[in-house]
Amino acid sequence: MKYLDEFRDAALAEHISASITREATSSSGYRLMEFCGGHTHAISRYGITDLLPATIRLIHGPGCPVCVLPVGRINQAVRLVRERDVILCTYADVLRVPCSGQMSLMRARSEGADVRMIYSTQNALQVARENPERQVVFFAIGFETTTPPTAVAVKQAHASGMENFSILCNHVLTPAAMQAILSARTGKMLDGFVGPAHVSTVIGSKPYERFAAEYSKAVVIAGFEPLDVMQAILMLVRQINQGRATVENEFSRAVTREGNLKAQKLVAEVFELRDAFEWRGLGSISESALKLRPEFSRFDAELKFGVDYVPVRDHKACECAAVLCGEKRPQECRIFGTVCTPENPVGSCMVSSEGACAAYYSYGRFREELT
Amino acid sequence: MKGDKRPMLRPLYSRRGRVEILHGSGGRAMAQLVAELFKVAFDNAWLEQGNDAAVLPQVSGRLVMSCDSHVVSPLFFEGGDIGCLSVHGTINDVSMMGAQPLYLTASFILEEGFPFADLERIVASMASAARDAGVSIVAGDTKVVEKGKGDGVFITTTGIGVLREGIVLSGDLAQPGDRILLSGTIGDHGMAVLSRRENLEFDAPIFSDTAPLHGLVATMLDCGARVRVLRDPTRGGLATTLNEIAQQSGVGMLLNESAIPIKKPVEAACEFLGLDPLYVANEGKLVAVCAPEDAVHLLEVMRAHPLAREAAAIGEVAEDSRRFVQMNTRLGGRRIVDWLAGEPLPRIC
Repeated sequence: MKYLDEFRDAALAEHISASITREATSSSGYRLMEFCGGHTHAISRYGITDLLPATIRLIHGPGCPVCVLPVGRINQAVRLVRERDVILCTYADVLRVPCSGQMSLMRARSEGADVRMIYSTQNALQVARENPERQVVFFAIGFETTTPPTAVAVKQAHASGMENFSILCNHVLTPAAMQAILSARTGKMLDGFVGPAHVSTVIGSKPYERFAAEYSKAVVIAGFEPLDVMQAILMLVRQINQGRATVENEFSRAVTREGNLKAQKLVAEVFELRDAFEWRGLGSISESALKLRPEFSRFDAELKFGVDYVPVRDHKACECAAVLCGEKRPQECRIFGTVCTPENPVGSCMVSSEGACAAYYSYGRFREELT
Repeated sequence: MKGDKRPMLRPLYSRRGRVEILHGSGGRAMAQLVAELFKVAFDNAWLEQGNDAAVLPQVSGRLVMSCDSHVVSPLFFEGGDIGCLSVHGTINDVSMMGAQPLYLTASFILEEGFPFADLERIVASMASAARDAGVSIVAGDTKVVEKGKGDGVFITTTGIGVLREGIVLSGDLAQPGDRILLSGTIGDHGMAVLSRRENLEFDAPIFSDTAPLHGLVATMLDCGARVRVLRDPTRGGLATTLNEIAQQSGVGMLLNESAIPIKKPVEAACEFLGLDPLYVANEGKLVAVCAPEDAVHLLEVMRAHPLAREAAAIGEVAEDSRRFVQMNTRLGGRRIVDWLAGEPLPRIC
């Protein structure tokens, strides 16, 4: 298939694998963080680690929007459907994330709450149009990739004077998360990043330049296909071997330095920075998330329904926090694969298919007992 | 009232005719529905008798029985509809034990307001599927639920078949070293339904593979190959079926990703919707586990049958106390093919 087969070609993979093995010879090894859940998923689904030499250590990053959402944010959504009787529209992978009181949106739905799984913001608007007598809230989550469609929906609702549509805004910013990782303990031991794919199509490669410069980390932006990831690893190895730390773009078929200016402008029209936002694992990070601008504040479900964010501690045995900032591998968590499984997730990293725990459990756990 | 005057019954099929609550309440309206629609379409002596149950002739051999409920949405899709699906689904379950399917029952839950024109189309499709497969629909039931309490129509079928001496197939008989054969491409049914649902249009339309498999099964069992397990990978797809077999038999499996047949449009549609075709439903495919020495012969026999032209050997059974289904990826790595977890998929069968 055009644009797919060529990025999953076994002969090419073998070729890149041989180059990496030949070149990644530094005795101190290469500690590379793949930032995005999309990369984590590709690495696990295609068994990429089998094609890499032992000198390469891949560390999963926090780039999974469902994973970094703290419990308190899901609690807000549950309160909206149970106490304010709204119709909540959400992308599917949020449904099963556990929150306080052994609740989840899925469970709330089974108890009668009106929670609807949608594929795009346009579906949410449609639900609002079809239910003029009900309040409809879109659970807006995601990094910079999903923010522009939310901005479009808000502008459309604004233009058509909709009174029954609002969003629970949880849009977060990639550079802020990267900054947090670099300032944390993990950051110091990292040699480089496999940089975001889809996010970078929107924000461009420029925002990463200061990380390369200030923290001397190699960054290679890579697509989500398996060969993209492998090629990026090879490019990182070469940078590190040469003692360089720059931003390179493997995903040049989709990413430019400036990014999608039209989308950036749209987002800037509708959203502004929050002073601070709490992330699961990374804690509260200043200017790391977005909220609606005052002129659109009537679409802000937090204000409209008075559901404030209340921070909640994670389950005490759950190591999602350490996994999300790369301090621990999923299998190092005490409850991984025993108490916490995809069927009965304790933390969000076991829920989303992009979550490191779910990816490792679903695709890679055969390695555990073999090694 | 004069003796020759009969009460007028409104014809069932006016163009705008719709199912009403009365059609399920046991009165004249229901009798009319049964007489004018179901009896005519399914056309057999047992239904014609109109008794509470069908009295079936004696058969020689063990009886095999299964049932299957169908709630697919949309009701009509490329390559099939809920009618033929409900016949094939149960025939295939019975066939996977090696049995010859003989009789079906059909239970309808209709939603008030459902158009008779659609119901007639669905019933005609069931009748034709049953006729083609040589089975009779000998008993049935109809209930009507209030508008908003159903989704058009739900159909449950139960099937009975007969198993001749000497055939022993079971999910717990797979042994390390056995070969795993698949009768054709994966994901066709699920993607036909989903692409209709999501209004996705591809250059080449995707057709459901819904088909009765008992003919193919008979051919396979007659060829002398030592077949140990047969199973149709419906809901949950190939991955789920293989995990079930591994679990039941207490073995592991190792698949070869590049050997698993898949149509290009199905692959593209899966990619587009973010689905793994290994978990997408099939309605006209089977998985066979057979003795290693017989695999080549069995594969030839399968490929000679019109429903298994693209059959392939996709892997083998391995010793593994953890019962993992593993796969060599086409990229050259290895991964687990796990039980389905995660996002709930829409209703596809």
